[in-house]
Amino acid sequence: MPYLGSEDVVKELKKALCNPHIQADRLRYRNVIQRVIRMSKLDQWGQAEVLNFLLRYQPRSEEELFDILNLLDSFLKSGSPGVVMGATKLFLILAKKFPHVQTDVLVRVKGPLLAACSSESRELCFVALCHVRQILHSLPGHFSSHYKKFFCSYSEPHYIKLQKVEVLCELVNDENVQQVLEELRGYCTDVSADFAQAAIFAIGGIARTYTDQCVQILTELLGLRQEHITTVVVQTFRDLVWLCPQCTEAVCQALPGCEENIQDSEGKQALIWLLGVHGERIPNAPYVLEDFVENVKSETFPAVKMELLTALMRLFLSRPAECQDMLGRLLYYCIEEEKDMAVRDRGLFYYRLLLVGIDEVKRILCSPKSDPTLGLLEDPAERPVNSWASDFNTLVPVYGKSRWATISKCQGAERCGPELPKTPSFTASGPLIPEENKERVQELPDSGALMLVPNLQLTADYFEKTWLSLKVAHQQVLPWQGEFHPDTLQMALQVVNIQTIAMSRAGARPWKAYLSAQDDTGCLFLTELLLTSENSEMQISVKQNETRTETLNSFISVLETVIGTIEEIKS
Amino acid sequence: MISQFFILSSKGDPLIYKDFRGDSGGRDVAELFYRKLTGLPGDESPVVMVTTGGRRHHEGRHFIHIRHSGLYLVVTTSENVSPFGLLELLSRLATLLGDYCGALGEGTISRNVAVVYELLDEVLDYGYVQTTSMEMLRNFIQTEAVVSKPFSLFDLSSVGLFGAETQQSKVAPSSAASRPILSSRSDQSQKNEVFLDVVERLSVLIASNGSLLKVDVQGEIRLKSFLPSGSEMRIGLTEEFCVGKSELRGYGPGIRVDEVSFHSSVNLDEFESHRIIRLQPPQGELTVMRYQLSDDLLSPLPFRLFPSVQWDRGSGRLQVYLKLRCDLPLKSQALNVRLHLPLPRGVISLSQELSSPEQKAELAEGALRWDLPRVQGGSQLSGLFQMDVPRPPGPPSHGLSTSAPPLGLGPASLSFELPRHTCSGLQVRFLRLAFRPCGNANPHKWVRHLSHSDAYVIRI
Repeated sequence: MPYLGSEDVVKELKKALCNPHIQADRLRYRNVIQRVIRMSKLDQWGQAEVLNFLLRYQPRSEEELFDILNLLDSFLKSGSPGVVMGATKLFLILAKKFPHVQTDVLVRVKGPLLAACSSESRELCFVALCHVRQILHSLPGHFSSHYKKFFCSYSEPHYIKLQKVEVLCELVNDENVQQVLEELRGYCTDVSADFAQAAIFAIGGIARTYTDQCVQILTELLGLRQEHITTVVVQTFRDLVWLCPQCTEAVCQALPGCEENIQDSEGKQALIWLLGVHGERIPNAPYVLEDFVENVKSETFPAVKMELLTALMRLFLSRPAECQDMLGRLLYYCIEEEKDMAVRDRGLFYYRLLLVGIDEVKRILCSPKSDPTLGLLEDPAERPVNSWASDFNTLVPVYGKSRWATISKCQGAERCGPELPKTPSFTASGPLIPEENKERVQELPDSGALMLVPNLQLTADYFEKTWLSLKVAHQQVLPWQGEFHPDTLQMALQVVNIQTIAMSRAGARPWKAYLSAQDDTGCLFLTELLLTSENSEMQISVKQNETRTETLNSFISVLETVIGTIEEIKS
Repeated sequence: MISQFFILSSKGDPLIYKDFRGDSGGRDVAELFYRKLTGLPGDESPVVMVTTGGRRHHEGRHFIHIRHSGLYLVVTTSENVSPFGLLELLSRLATLLGDYCGALGEGTISRNVAVVYELLDEVLDYGYVQTTSMEMLRNFIQTEAVVSKPFSLFDLSSVGLFGAETQQSKVAPSSAASRPILSSRSDQSQKNEVFLDVVERLSVLIASNGSLLKVDVQGEIRLKSFLPSGSEMRIGLTEEFCVGKSELRGYGPGIRVDEVSFHSSVNLDEFESHRIIRLQPPQGELTVMRYQLSDDLLSPLPFRLFPSVQWDRGSGRLQVYLKLRCDLPLKSQALNVRLHLPLPRGVISLSQELSSPEQKAELAEGALRWDLPRVQGGSQLSGLFQMDVPRPPGPPSHGLSTSAPPLGLGPASLSFELPRHTCSGLQVRFLRLAFRPCGNANPHKWVRHLSHSDAYVIRI
């Protein structure tokens, strides 16, 4: 518990805030909150902690909600970024039904966030940039007028520059596109190859909306004749042509000559793909491919050879006279001399396809050359603020949503031991089990002589082996309605010493969970919970390594009670 | 909630290690952190890292760290905490350690291990922050810090002018303020000192035609007080100081900033009427006020650069003539000026003609570095640089015209310090102390102003 001040009143409040009985009684809790909010002698750590407490509170009426918002208003003006962000999160969550209030809060937090973005502390700056990106996902125009704040300076570390480039890419609009592109173009010639490539990819991203300007900049970059730039530019072109067919002409004009400056696998693949698909518009396409065919023996990347086969097949359809001879040579090489199985199979496949007849080849290979709708799919629509409000001011935006998902997944799998009972998403702000219910779970009658061992350590492997070797000792069906939070169930089971080995994610159908428990005599109980999509019931199968009916029955009654309690909380 | 806290030297040696909750593996966590940090792929950020794989008790542990004067201050946690709060705590800890032990560094920490552990015990309990206020802590900390060399006010080099180390440490200069806040009664004479620094960071972007694209000033008023806590002081700022776009004060153009935020202990009763800040600072360091100013600078920029580039594509000869004008007032000067100009790839051989002998220019990491130790206000310096750029392979007849400068040249960036100068024009008029020491002399008050460059970029 952090130190919340020195006075006796504060100590009392401190106790009150942790007391489950008070938390259960809304009126008393509200009273306490009113007093906490009015405490003026809190230091910034105390303030942050109080804001964290308040996340658990659900105001009863609209009036009360705005009352709380008004009382907390001064926290938004605090000098400490931690407090400002904590207050922002609380406001966003409390006002989840009032989008205009949320927007208002985000406007007010703009100043502190921008100040943090140009802070002296690089670490703080980085974290702030991650949060700016999070906000931009929902409000794309939010920082557009401040784009200059996100220009990189050469002394900044790499990870900050990359974040800034991403931010620039996301806040671009009609007014600032010219300046942003000019700035990004400067980065493309940076000494650090990684950063230069990130900048080029960023221009490629902007090109989906502002195609002409970007393609022109990218074409100019090809003139540099530097390997690390050319390869990325060509890859960007490939992705762009697929999404924005209107730029095909410009790209085709820019391509001749780049093959000299590409050495890596990715770049070669992109170039060969472009030559194959749009070969009829590039005069020297067959000759460039011919060079590749000549050198195919020394080519080290199998992926490049595969790409070459496909591209040459395609080009053969549009310019047969120039390609027939080398296609034959390439097929011969791939079938007779190539050691990589995938390449050889692909070669054989095309050979047999050609045997079927040219019409068939056309039917199969002449697929569409672009797909503008994919761009719409890739750009996720503006996400509502509520989808990330609970992640604000946590580590989630810092890691990025997808990385966080993998992190918490592997933690979830690991965390069946009793030492780390909570999953991270739980502590963030997930719905707590109301305290009164938790207590009731604890007071469950330990029916009969059943004593479950608290610290059971069972690996998933061992569980699986045992599970497969045993027969089902008991099967039962319990009524079950609608959605629930698996974390809640896991917590509740933990309380009665039943460990969760594995569990499907929330909302999955069929939903499954595997549980294990052991009593003091060493008897193991392995359980499967199954929730199928259509029927509104949960199927429980229990296996036991020693057949003893009375302990089995008491185990099942414990399990039933827990599941019944969860069912009640939910409704 | 914090599981562990440790301090590593820049080479990764653990200096301090403290486990608050006992829920994690042993000391090898520190080693794990350093290995992870050094082995990080380029596109990932080191600020927040997570352990995966490996032994089970390290699983899912988040490392959050800051770098401060060459040290890594790291906390680990297994929960999804507020990153802002933790980073703030870490920098507050760094300040506290500095207050107690003197300027942070490997040596200071290893000399004062006892103080550091004592401090950590008080600040954090079972991984929760208790207090970080100097006021509270001074009641509990008994051990005295070991100082490497006794400080003497008359040692002029240490009272010093604005030192050169600001570029690295980015804190207010002068080593006088970097000694610990001793709590002993013995050296009373040293205690009566107050340092007040106005520090501004300047980021500027100038387009190739000389027009100003971006100006951004981040200012701070920092106070380091060695006086006993609770003594009131009043800081008077320039009276024409205006906050926001619309406010008007005085008859001149005034001094305008966009946004101001104050430390929570500041009393602003007289701020509206007389621009006076009242506060009772605790001992130690404190940021009294922060302010930002963008796009609307009233004083001229400190430097202008007039480049001219001649590029002969045929012979590969590149000639860059740089004229640097310093627009500071005549009495001011800029120190440690360094111009950094990225050059096209593969530049070999540099010949130079510089306008004065104390300057230096050299090629480093694909860029030109031009050092000017001291530039007087109103002066103008120039340098002529000739380089050979190898011709890019392939046919020369590529779309670009021959007179255009080669790609990869520029933009130029400048770094410098401007002592006794603030770009916003904000000055401290006076610093008055209500406190009268019972004994000897008046307290010494040091008020310093400094601007330095954060990013001063000129496109070519």
